[in-house]
Amino acid sequence: MNLGKEFSKGLIAENPVLRLALGLCPALAVSSSVFNAIGMGVSVIFVLTMSNLIVSLVRKGVPAKIRIPVYIVIIATFVTIVEMVMAAYAPALFRSLGIFVPLIVVNCIILGRAEGFASKNTVLPSIIDAWGMGVGFTLALVMIATVREILGNGTWFGIPVAPGGFEPVLLMMLAPGAFITMGLLLAMFNWRDEVKAKKLKDEVVKRAGFITQQAVHSGEAE
Amino acid sequence: MDWGNLFVIAVGSILINNFVLMRFLGICPYIGVSKSLSSAIGMGMAVIFVMTIASLVSWIVYVYLLDPATNLWGVDLTFLRTISFILVIASLVQFVEMVIQKTAPALYQALGIFLPLITTNCAVLGVAVLNIDEGYNLLEAVVNGIAAGIGFTLALVLMAGIRERLDLANVPKPLQGVPIAFIMAGMMAIAFLGFSGLSVG
Repeated sequence: MNLGKEFSKGLIAENPVLRLALGLCPALAVSSSVFNAIGMGVSVIFVLTMSNLIVSLVRKGVPAKIRIPVYIVIIATFVTIVEMVMAAYAPALFRSLGIFVPLIVVNCIILGRAEGFASKNTVLPSIIDAWGMGVGFTLALVMIATVREILGNGTWFGIPVAPGGFEPVLLMMLAPGAFITMGLLLAMFNWRDEVKAKKLKDEVVKRAGFITQQAVHSGEAE
Repeated sequence: MDWGNLFVIAVGSILINNFVLMRFLGICPYIGVSKSLSSAIGMGMAVIFVMTIASLVSWIVYVYLLDPATNLWGVDLTFLRTISFILVIASLVQFVEMVIQKTAPALYQALGIFLPLITTNCAVLGVAVLNIDEGYNLLEAVVNGIAAGIGFTLALVLMAGIRERLDLANVPKPLQGVPIAFIMAGMMAIAFLGFSGLSVG
């Protein structure tokens, strides 16, 4: 198995947020600043890695009928650890992420990878898969947060980047900005796919045309 | 009894802090199940039902088993909140599914396929956690649960109505499907922002 591919598939091709439409709630809710987005991303990477690790270790011992509750307990345990560590060492981040820290439990990406990948694979690929998916999730969050923070606050990661006289668009910091940014980002990814598919099609048509031409020519020669 | 307070909580959860459009809870079913009006209504009813019971049971679990000030053994077990709430919700959904299947087959026909999806609906866990964070008493928690479910249903049904029309519209190809649904949700959120000026109480 190609471990590099296991990692890189989560970044763009199977990006959990922008391609598979999983984990949308935190992606919208904590993306009002890049700092929050990275905080959430790191928490999810940790929980995802640990749950994939444990699930891939115990996968043979868990009866198929009760596997989902078992996975949920494993995930909830690591989420509780994140909650306690964050409350102790990063209280400001903990306050601004608020309810979305305990809600990592119901982030579909984590249960999805436990059920869809870690329960069928050995430890190493499961961890790599978790990193790929986790980094892909973080990447998507940072993309949304970048748009929202620059337009809504004139800063990026707290650093002022907007030119003088820039009037921040408050709407981008509020709920509507999150929805609209998300919609446009998804559309951008779809458009990229379409352009790619069209290129491929043109190439195929060109080659097919070339082959028919050749066939015609060889027919004439006879 | 303080009816005014309950009214404030209900209006707050349905309109001002609508779970979907303002708090970003339950986005996955909101986008996933809003393609037709009938399934949106089915999903909405199932969510109202489960949220109400989940608010009730999770509040009892927290106060009588976990909170050191009120539980029987005086031990601080609040760190078990997340893990116990998700287990309560998961088993509750399973239980409700079995009961409905036995007692009300017609209702099961209508709600059955939506019930398993609700376990991972973050709005349900969200309302349970919010009830505790806001320090609600039992009655307030239950009212908040019902109101949150109604708010979710309202947003879902409105969206389904729009999306049924949207199928007939000429949407640019990259925007078709989920992206346009998000942009519509953004417009609805702008409309719902108007409610934040509402002063109740």
